[in-house]
Amino acid sequence: MSETAIEVHDLRKRYGGNEAVAGIDLSVPRGEVFALLGPNGAGKSTTVEILEGFRRRDDGTVRVLGADPGTAGRRWRSRVGVVWQGETMLPQLTVREVVRHFAGYHPLPHDPDTVIDLVGLGGRARARVTSLSGGQRRRLDVALGIVGGPELLFLDEPTTGFDPRARRDFWEMVGGLSRGGTTIVLTTHYLEEAEALADRVCVIARGRVRAQGSPSTLGGRASARATVSWTDGGERRETRTDEPTRVVGELATLFSGEVPELSVHRPTLEEVYLDLISDEGDGGGALDRDGGRSAGRRASA
Amino acid sequence: MSTATEHTPPSPAASVRLPGALRVGLSRGWLEIREFAHEWESVIFTFSLPSLILVMFSSVFDGMFGTDVAAVDYYLPGLVAMGLMSVSFQTLGTTVANERERGGLRRLRGTPMPPSAYFVGKTVLVLFLALGQVALLLGVAALAFDARLPDDPASWATLAWVFALGTVACSLLGIAVSSLARSVRSASGVVVLPFLVLQFVSGIFVPVAALPDRVLDAASLFPLLWMAQGLRAAFLPAGMAALEHGGSWDLPSVALALGAWCVVGLALVPLTFRWRTRKDG
Repeated sequence: MSETAIEVHDLRKRYGGNEAVAGIDLSVPRGEVFALLGPNGAGKSTTVEILEGFRRRDDGTVRVLGADPGTAGRRWRSRVGVVWQGETMLPQLTVREVVRHFAGYHPLPHDPDTVIDLVGLGGRARARVTSLSGGQRRRLDVALGIVGGPELLFLDEPTTGFDPRARRDFWEMVGGLSRGGTTIVLTTHYLEEAEALADRVCVIARGRVRAQGSPSTLGGRASARATVSWTDGGERRETRTDEPTRVVGELATLFSGEVPELSVHRPTLEEVYLDLISDEGDGGGALDRDGGRSAGRRASA
Repeated sequence: MSTATEHTPPSPAASVRLPGALRVGLSRGWLEIREFAHEWESVIFTFSLPSLILVMFSSVFDGMFGTDVAAVDYYLPGLVAMGLMSVSFQTLGTTVANERERGGLRRLRGTPMPPSAYFVGKTVLVLFLALGQVALLLGVAALAFDARLPDDPASWATLAWVFALGTVACSLLGIAVSSLARSVRSASGVVVLPFLVLQFVSGIFVPVAALPDRVLDAASLFPLLWMAQGLRAAFLPAGMAALEHGGSWDLPSVALALGAWCVVGLALVPLTFRWRTRKDG
């Protein structure tokens, strides 16, 4: 069986005059957690929906688990799990009844009770779907996505609206699925989610891939210039450098001891991301801003 | 999609047979029946409404007809027709629109469920509700009001084929109409309102003898009038045929009209059915 779960070449999709996907290439090996990042309208949902077989492409080749999702049949569908974005209607029965029912669609399903335990709903198996909290609903969505034992799982903005604790618990669960060998394609607006879960991150903007790589090296992050800043006579100074250690050494000599309010900052994933999706005209904008600020939530708000 | 895969010969572990459409469909039917039973509002307002109307009309209008036919006997066939259209047309029209609008259908398309299993499930649900509807109405009428039920095999046979053709036609129309609704709210306008109008013009509440010709001509374009007429043929004594629009039960026209609506419905459903709303493509 192929070692590549997803192979995409020059994928294109046009809505009216707008080219939503303008030539995307992707390759996702089996077993990887692959995160797609991008602003709303960047073409990431369209791309994922084409990979899931829910939208037709205009051009390009797409292989998902060795088949063309546009024409693949039920057997292919049983190997792919989909967890939809947002709340999707469920039968108004108990958690256990719903998971058992969906298991019946698949040729070789997991044991429903094991899956319910795996997603952390063991204590709520007999609860009505209507009584679940938002986070529990999402876990049930995942249970339905994995009960067929998929080789590939799509998670579309799975933790939107979660509190921080629920999000971390959810990441634990996804990590467990990944260690079990499931290939996972994740779309998210949360940079820390991509950083926590993904082996590789792909940034899409304006229908094109802007950068691909591990969260720690994306967009040249590991080798990016550091910003050294300090205060001199009540005035904030900063300099961008490839050699922060040398700069700090020089500053230490200059101030003969403690450098006032010294900080050395390398770009966070969020800053790299914002830089990648910013338009050509104001390139580098994100990196030029006050580097001392920790990765805030403004970009995802 | 590919039905061929369902018949692949059993081969070693690598390709375990996919569950068949009928099996999945029956499982869906059972799921839908349990879901329906859990919904109080629909049980009361959709399922019991014809029986409640029967109880009211039989009590209030008793003795108001000049004939020797009791009010309960006159209203029973029409309310059976209304009940059948309610559990097929109205139930499917609103629930399918709701499932589409709230992503339930889209979710199903993301599973290996065979699309035909969805319709098998709906068939099971409607059959269950329709049989239950008839049993409830006949039970209430016979036990509480001592109504006369069909008393010979020919009448039961008429009841059976009008039941089958009428329910199939109304189910197909309900599924087709659900696609007209752009939201759950508009579904009640697209489904409930036309149904309500039909109840008034098709001789369910107001006897056909009292309805103007023009109204009856318009109503005869739709299935409910024919279902009610066919059921009156099954329930009422032969002498009552004189009160019909054409002076007879005219069963061939009943069969023709309902059969035609089945064909129209069968053509409309594949043309109109969508698994997703327009907004999600």
